[in-house]
Amino acid sequence: MTEGQLQMIKGNEAVAEAGVRAGCRFFFGYPITPQNELPEYMSGRLSEVGGTFLQAESEVAAINMVYGAAGAGVRVMTSSSSPGISLKQEGISYIAGAELPCVIVNMVRGGPGLGSIQPAQSDYFQSTKGGGHGDYRMVVLAPATLQEMVDLTYEAFDIADRYRNPVMIQGDGVIGQMMEPVAFPPLMDPADLPAKEWATTGRRGRDALNLINSLYLDPDECWAHNRKLAEKYARMEQAEVRYEIDHEDADYFIVAYGTTARIARRSVKDLRDAGHSVGLLRPISLWPFPSKAFEGLAGQARGYLTVEMSLGQMVEDVRLSVDSSTPVEFYGTAGGVMPRHQDITEQMEKLVARTGDNR
Amino acid sequence: MKKVFTRPRALADRPTHYCPGCIHGVAHRMIAQLMDEMELTDRAVGISPVGCAVFAYNYLDCDFQQAAHGRAPAVATGIKRAWPDAFVFAYQGDGDLASIGTAEIIHAASRGENISVVFINNAIYGMTGGQMAPTTLEGQRTTTSPAGRDLKSTGHPMRMTEMLATLPGVAYLARGSCHDVKHIKATERYLRKAFEAQEAGHGFGMVEIVANCPTNWGMSPVESIDWIKENMLPYFPLGEFRTTEEVD
Ligand SMILES: Cc1ncc(C[n+]2csc(CCOP(=O)(O)OP(=O)(O)O)c2C)c(N)n1
Repeated sequence: MTEGQLQMIKGNEAVAEAGVRAGCRFFFGYPITPQNELPEYMSGRLSEVGGTFLQAESEVAAINMVYGAAGAGVRVMTSSSSPGISLKQEGISYIAGAELPCVIVNMVRGGPGLGSIQPAQSDYFQSTKGGGHGDYRMVVLAPATLQEMVDLTYEAFDIADRYRNPVMIQGDGVIGQMMEPVAFPPLMDPADLPAKEWATTGRRGRDALNLINSLYLDPDECWAHNRKLAEKYARMEQAEVRYEIDHEDADYFIVAYGTTARIARRSVKDLRDAGHSVGLLRPISLWPFPSKAFEGLAGQARGYLTVEMSLGQMVEDVRLSVDSSTPVEFYGTAGGVMPRHQDITEQMEKLVARTGDNR
Repeated sequence: MKKVFTRPRALADRPTHYCPGCIHGVAHRMIAQLMDEMELTDRAVGISPVGCAVFAYNYLDCDFQQAAHGRAPAVATGIKRAWPDAFVFAYQGDGDLASIGTAEIIHAASRGENISVVFINNAIYGMTGGQMAPTTLEGQRTTTSPAGRDLKSTGHPMRMTEMLATLPGVAYLARGSCHDVKHIKATERYLRKAFEAQEAGHGFGMVEIVANCPTNWGMSPVESIDWIKENMLPYFPLGEFRTTEEVD
């Protein structure tokens, strides 16, 4: 695959290739639909570049292999879909607690339980509010196109290393399964990456011992550790917010991310063609949530329609980001059903009618 | 004057948190001794479990990762794959290895993962206050089997070493004990062979060490040693179960 040239590729393969390009040479995973092409691709690709692919006995084992490899200082990645991501939660909590960098891909499918294998966005709470135990946060990036997913994945490894924190790429069954033209960034050589002096490589002449650990038995020490983490999360909230707004001067906005944002774009076009002043606010970082995008629209936006493939999860963050007099409505489909653009359009027309836009 | 006994260099010069008479300390010392003799310390990465040995990183003078309960073999896998020339060893109790972590130990062994595992079998959950373990003996009283372990409702004590010996990928397996000097010496030889198997790239090695828990067994250290001899050893036979020569 040549660098910079457009080529058709499937989402699950694109995110895998982006990881390899970013210098990731270690992948631990377990099969689950709709992300199987990702480990399948990695199994071949990593052997070409001298990396390690291992199909673990479970998602629990896979995320703990990630813990070990991340703690040993290498760029490492795992992927799964909703039920498997649930199993990884203990490991993600340990990874966050021990401050290890890694990239986790979740191609979300319908839940709860075994749910369905079709696209969904019902893991938003789990990924952005800390699905495992304890106070922790991870950067969660939700691409809407394969090119964006490739670029975000490439960057995700840098973000993870910068903060020593897990980063999640959150797609869904559509993003994972569809094909689009993508241009790949250059292939990084892991040898060119800065060494991680904290990693457990064996001492190899080093005086101090390195320890990867999340245990602080003394509550005061554990609190100090939590305060240190909170400071880091505050820095991440400052620097890692990503979003996109279409039609910044609009009166009304649809708020949607990932696949849903693509569908909502069509609704925005139809609504504008019908004379309504409607734009799209697309969070790219689900955590940190782009609250400041809403602050920028305060006094201008007359209403928001949040659309999700869930029963309403991100809408809570939207409500927290706007003043209480601005209406925030929700429209969603769940269980693997995608919203129709006509239905989104109709919902927005109702919101506009109710709140008195008469242009 | 000739020095006949000294603290291994790889053993930190500080008191441990273990209860008086506990065999965890003996096991740590054996590992340290071997790390000295085999010159492993500078390349070693240990994995400490959830259990009484969680603080092993305070006592052994090498890099360490602390793993979630039962996951040490998976964590060891991640480390060893990243640094194949490192000496990677996991240290686990019987709750950790034989209960919550059964999948991880079986699959690490089955893959022939080139790591060493030190398995401390004290037939009880020490750290959480003496609950029943998968290795608790029939009739043994614990805080969750107050009338003694009943095989009908809780099943039989698990012999992990024998189970793992059925897996073709395994390079070395042995069960030792630390109830007297002779057996400590034998256990040290087993550990050396397991470590050598890793160093030679032969693959997965584990040494189970039959151990005591005076505190939660409700015995003096001396009584606990007698209890090992009378009760543990008949059910958990000592010896080598797989040696490297058998690996093809
Ligand atoms: C997921 C999880 N479950 C339970 C515990 C509580 N816990 C801590 S130590 C332990 C048992 C350890 O027993 P064992 O492995 O036999 O080691 P010992 O303490 O006897 O050396 C348990 C259940 C935990 N920390 N994490």
